[in-house]
Amino acid sequence: MPPETLLSLCRLSKDFATQRAVSDVSLEIPRGAFFSLLGPSGCGKTTILRMIAGFETPTTGEVWLNGQRIDLLPPYQRNVNTVFQSYALFPHLTVQGNIEFGLRHKKVSDDINRVREVLKQVRLEAKASRKPSELSGGERQRVALARAIVLQPDVLLLDEPLSALDPQLRKQVRGELRDLQRRVGVTFLFVTHDQEEALSMSDQIAVMNAGALEQVGSPRDIYCRPRTRFVADFLGAMNWIDGIGVRPEAVNITSQGRKAIVTGVTYLGSFCHIAMKLVEGEETIAAQAPPGSTFENGQTVCVTWDPEDEIRV
Amino acid sequence: MKLRNLFLAPTALLMAVTMLAPLAIIVVYSLLTRGAYGGVELPWTIENYSRLYDPVYAIIFLRSFWIAAVATALCLVLGFPLAMFIARSGSRKNLYLSLVILPFWTSFLIRTYAWMFLLRDTGIVNSALLALRIIREPLPLLYNDGAVILGLVYGFLPFMVLPLYATIERLDPSLLEAAADLGARPWRALVGVTLPLCAPGIRAGAILVFVPCLGTYLTSDLLGGSKTVLIGNLVQNQFTASRDWPFGAALSLALMAIAMVLLFAARRKGEELL
Amino acid sequence: MKRGLTVYAVFAYAFLHVPLLILAVFSFNSSRFAVWQGFSLQWYRAVADDANLIESSMNSLIIAIVATGVATIIGTLAAYGLWKKGSAWLSGSLYLSLVTPEIVTGASLLALFQWIFRFAHLRLGMHTVILAHVGFSLAYVVVVVLARLRSYDRTLEEAALDLGATEFGAFWRVTLPYLVPAIAAAAMLAFTVSIDDYVITSLVAGVDSQTLPMVIYAMARRGVNPALNAVSTLVVFGLGMLIILSERLRRT
Repeated sequence: MPPETLLSLCRLSKDFATQRAVSDVSLEIPRGAFFSLLGPSGCGKTTILRMIAGFETPTTGEVWLNGQRIDLLPPYQRNVNTVFQSYALFPHLTVQGNIEFGLRHKKVSDDINRVREVLKQVRLEAKASRKPSELSGGERQRVALARAIVLQPDVLLLDEPLSALDPQLRKQVRGELRDLQRRVGVTFLFVTHDQEEALSMSDQIAVMNAGALEQVGSPRDIYCRPRTRFVADFLGAMNWIDGIGVRPEAVNITSQGRKAIVTGVTYLGSFCHIAMKLVEGEETIAAQAPPGSTFENGQTVCVTWDPEDEIRV
Repeated sequence: MKLRNLFLAPTALLMAVTMLAPLAIIVVYSLLTRGAYGGVELPWTIENYSRLYDPVYAIIFLRSFWIAAVATALCLVLGFPLAMFIARSGSRKNLYLSLVILPFWTSFLIRTYAWMFLLRDTGIVNSALLALRIIREPLPLLYNDGAVILGLVYGFLPFMVLPLYATIERLDPSLLEAAADLGARPWRALVGVTLPLCAPGIRAGAILVFVPCLGTYLTSDLLGGSKTVLIGNLVQNQFTASRDWPFGAALSLALMAIAMVLLFAARRKGEELL
Repeated sequence: MKRGLTVYAVFAYAFLHVPLLILAVFSFNSSRFAVWQGFSLQWYRAVADDANLIESSMNSLIIAIVATGVATIIGTLAAYGLWKKGSAWLSGSLYLSLVTPEIVTGASLLALFQWIFRFAHLRLGMHTVILAHVGFSLAYVVVVVLARLRSYDRTLEEAALDLGATEFGAFWRVTLPYLVPAIAAAAMLAFTVSIDDYVITSLVAGVDSQTLPMVIYAMARRGVNPALNAVSTLVVFGLGMLIILSERLRRT
């Protein structure tokens, strides 16, 4: 039995004054999933999020949540919450005040215990009475999360929540976020332009380009069986040879196969990136070699790959 | 959006009552005839406007322009170095800035009176000069155009310094360094780099000083005596002693029209007060 | 050049502040002339005994407090409304009221009031003065509050809506706390322009609504009167204390 659909977007479009930001997007997001919207900046993914949250009204199309049409409701009547890119923490309230903010409107019992529990989940019990300005970037991000999940929304919308963190922290937070989602069981709709983030965290990914949906599928599907050239390129580096795609890590440099001349060797720590030019044909090709490889510019080598790894779009 | 309309409503109402309705009345009055006992009467006429060309009044307009222009130029000349000084005074910036703003918060009327106290025949300056036997007769310091200009400069200098300071403060110091690096002497850098870059601040300051100076009433009334009649005094006179409301209305509209033209002329894209 | 600027600044600050200082010093002079003869509080006693001064001060305070309160509240609301979505004609009329010469504002208000009085049995008085003061201080409030809103992060309001607050709730619980310093500054500004106004007030005041600036003006025109130095010193001192107090409050 397929998982139950929680949130569905039906032929959603949004026009701004000069351009079409979102164009005819239909999407079904299953309950309990970690679902990512992936695409370059300006592709309309944030606009979709804002239409779900209620900050933008769709030009055409509908948004359904739990069998109820919500696209005409004001933001405060939708059981979805957002973690903003800038976190948008209220500067005049403490951590605790920020987390309690929405509870007043939700009329839930046992408020105090719930706030305490959420504070514990995000490891901020000790900082409950601090102001946002006294917190580190990572802590702020956790307050933004706590503030939203304490309301137990049907869907949590996350708008590039890691982009304000420094790169080291970003990788660590990925795992934490994934764990938190599993623990609390809330459906996450995660917007990002970082394919590594999307691949490492999501159950399902929808790739967008120029306002339209390109492909929806599991991370493995999207990476290994991209349906469009855009998806293939966006998810990672790609060699295109005679219209067939091969990822650099699938290319082997051996003693037999197609001849190529090495044009560049870049040492990247855990591997060497080898740039080559095919002898027959115009195409360039890139491969990953062990860090100890001793290729030199101008050297002629042979490249092969497993037909299994070929990508046809 | 409903909330926004609700929030705007009281101000809209008040503006309609205290700004737009009086303006409408003034427009209507300016086209009517002066009543026998003050007030206004029919028939409609444009005579009030044609009177503006009467040399008697044209001279008053020119004098007002001249005095406001001199006061503005003095404010600029006096205010620019002060703004430079504040912008370059590091951690004491805020202190020095508030010392400029402070008089602005104290009564304009009292500051004008202070100059009366200083300048009158029996005032401090004359008393001191007499006591030191530098002069034998008190100098006529008060009740002339010079006193009016002094009072205006004193009253409106902060309006010039604030926008100047704001632009100088935002200037990229590396521009001056670049000028120096390219061989410009401090004076050359000031004239060739700082001044042109401060154009928005100079424009804003000039407008903020010139427009109120042009319409000034209090300063010319107290420091200028009966000799210095400016547009402001003329308007006041029509609404009080002369009881010629239609002409007062026409004068008011002429004054406002001049102010508006100046403001629009000085406005640039992206520079808005509201 | 640096030293030259500093020397210049000393003179400039002297120009700005010495006249008022001299006024204050001579308010304690025992002579009525501008020659120092000895310390005396007689002019302050004269002020305290002057019923006219006391009454007009009370009028000025009442007018300034009421006008400031009204202008601050509705001006703040208007600034917020304009921040949400501009309104050309409202911004235009606020702008117009800022740049209209005081004498024109006063005269045109007088014309309006006189016209209304033809139909209604009303007279010039405290109410007309207060209405005029609210009118001309509104634009100042809107400008100050709007300036603060310009640096306000719109997503904070969105976050409040997202967390279940209504539009009004978002304003009340998130935006308003952010605006408090600007509102205080706006109220200070409104208060000072109101308590200081002579030109407009003198035109729209009635016999029972003489304000302090009107009395000061009348005294100044009449000529030398050291009591006026004492009044001036008291006013400047009072406003100075108010500014310092509000600065203190703002810092905490």
